[in-house]
Amino acid sequence: MEIKKLVMYNNFTRNPLFFSLFVLLFVFMLPTEMLAQHDEEIHETKEKGFQPGPFIFDHIADAYDWHVLTIGENHYSIPLPIILYSESRGFHVFMSSKFHHGHDIYNGFKIELDEASPNKGKIVELLENGEFEKPIINISITKNVFALFFSVALMLYIFISIAKSYKKNTGKAPKGMQSFFEPLIIFVRDDIAKASIQNKPEKYMPYLLTIFFFIVLNNLLGLVPIFPGGANLTGNITVTLVLAVFTFVITTVKGNKAYWTHIFNAPGVPWWLKIPIPLMPVVEIVGMFTKPFVLMVRLFANITAGHIIVLGFYSLIFIFGEKSIFAGYGISIVSILFTIFMSILELLVAFIQAYVFTLLSALYFGMATEEHH
Amino acid sequence: MGLVIPDYGLLFWMALTFLIVLFILKKFAWKPILSSLKEREDSIEEALESAQKAREEMGKLHADNEKILAEARNERNEMLKEAKEVKQNIINEAKNVAAQEAEKMLETARQFIETEKEAAVNDMKESIASFSIQIAEKILRKQLDDPSKQKDLIDQYLKDIKLN
Repeated sequence: MEIKKLVMYNNFTRNPLFFSLFVLLFVFMLPTEMLAQHDEEIHETKEKGFQPGPFIFDHIADAYDWHVLTIGENHYSIPLPIILYSESRGFHVFMSSKFHHGHDIYNGFKIELDEASPNKGKIVELLENGEFEKPIINISITKNVFALFFSVALMLYIFISIAKSYKKNTGKAPKGMQSFFEPLIIFVRDDIAKASIQNKPEKYMPYLLTIFFFIVLNNLLGLVPIFPGGANLTGNITVTLVLAVFTFVITTVKGNKAYWTHIFNAPGVPWWLKIPIPLMPVVEIVGMFTKPFVLMVRLFANITAGHIIVLGFYSLIFIFGEKSIFAGYGISIVSILFTIFMSILELLVAFIQAYVFTLLSALYFGMATEEHH
Repeated sequence: MGLVIPDYGLLFWMALTFLIVLFILKKFAWKPILSSLKEREDSIEEALESAQKAREEMGKLHADNEKILAEARNERNEMLKEAKEVKQNIINEAKNVAAQEAEKMLETARQFIETEKEAAVNDMKESIASFSIQIAEKILRKQLDDPSKQKDLIDQYLKDIKLN
């Protein structure tokens, strides 16, 4: 099944018919997702009207359960495990369904729904003095963590089975999934690693391949509106932070003498820029941190922006729909057309962002290990 | 603001999961995949190289063949030339021998004719002599019937003897 699907993916690049079918699939799926998200706030909407801001931000933020569908007043969500440790109440593991979508307090814990609270959307604990505070440790399997596990399981399955077929097909032409991923692997090896790293590029290949496929896969899964896709994982600052920190750590650990000399005593720079005020070293040290910071923000902002734009177009339908049902239907045509366009663009962005992140990481590794003449 | 503040739970899971996945993939996926890719590329390169070498060898062989052919052609030409010469020689020799033989035969024939002719002449001489004697006898008989005439003849002889 998996292989068949991937073979179809392989055809997309060549066959415009498959590609358009794929796009059509998006058109049918996106409204479902939006409606489900929208209905969750139906009761609030009745008083305040449709509010696109909270609607969009709720969608791109993390959650403690995975909302799938709402029919009428019934919400259907997949409950996810909550793992907490607090000083007063100790260790707790329970399913998020106990909160009943955030309306109930369970064992002294609840999900903060107050818009004004800094802990909005987070789990808080009811203290003895009647105040609410975040528990010390909260390592719940949230929507994003679940999406992370899912994508990682998919990655392990795909690449370990590919590795097996490489062993099985030794000396033969690649087949199926193998032939789909092989050009990508060779692309990462030749055009990213070997092009940027002079000194032993093969040492960085496992990391570069892992981040490349992790980002691509999660970018694409983020575009799929139905479970288990649709989580905004690579558009989450925490995830991009972790990836950027790994790149930073590898760059710093692998940095050779030339790299550190360049930072503390850059060659070709007038001495008065280094002594008595170490202007250049300060700039360079700040640069060490801005590079991964920019990596983190770029991926986060690009993916989140894509989601916000798509959601914005769908919000238009409901904003106009409140004025007049016909205006809502009318604008939906425009919204859908724009969303198709955006989805195609996002498919491109999914690859470009993964490429940029991997390429820049490779460039930083290359800079850190470059041998100066 | 919640959007740009990292969440520690997710941070924990992300870092842990990513590290584990990185190590599992490194060991069970990337290493075998990259090494088999490299192996395959090496074998392709090797095959291409050996094909190139074979092609060069073929070219060399071809050149060798050409050389051998040219040599063979030259040899054949030379042999033909020689054969022609030999033929000419044989013909010439045969002609010479034949001419000599003919000369010899002619000579013999001539000699034979000469001998025959001589014999014939001798025969004729003898015959003529005997005829002459007979004729002379007959004449003498007729003339010496008359005694005066006999006397004249004796005189004549005597006269001749004297003269001698």
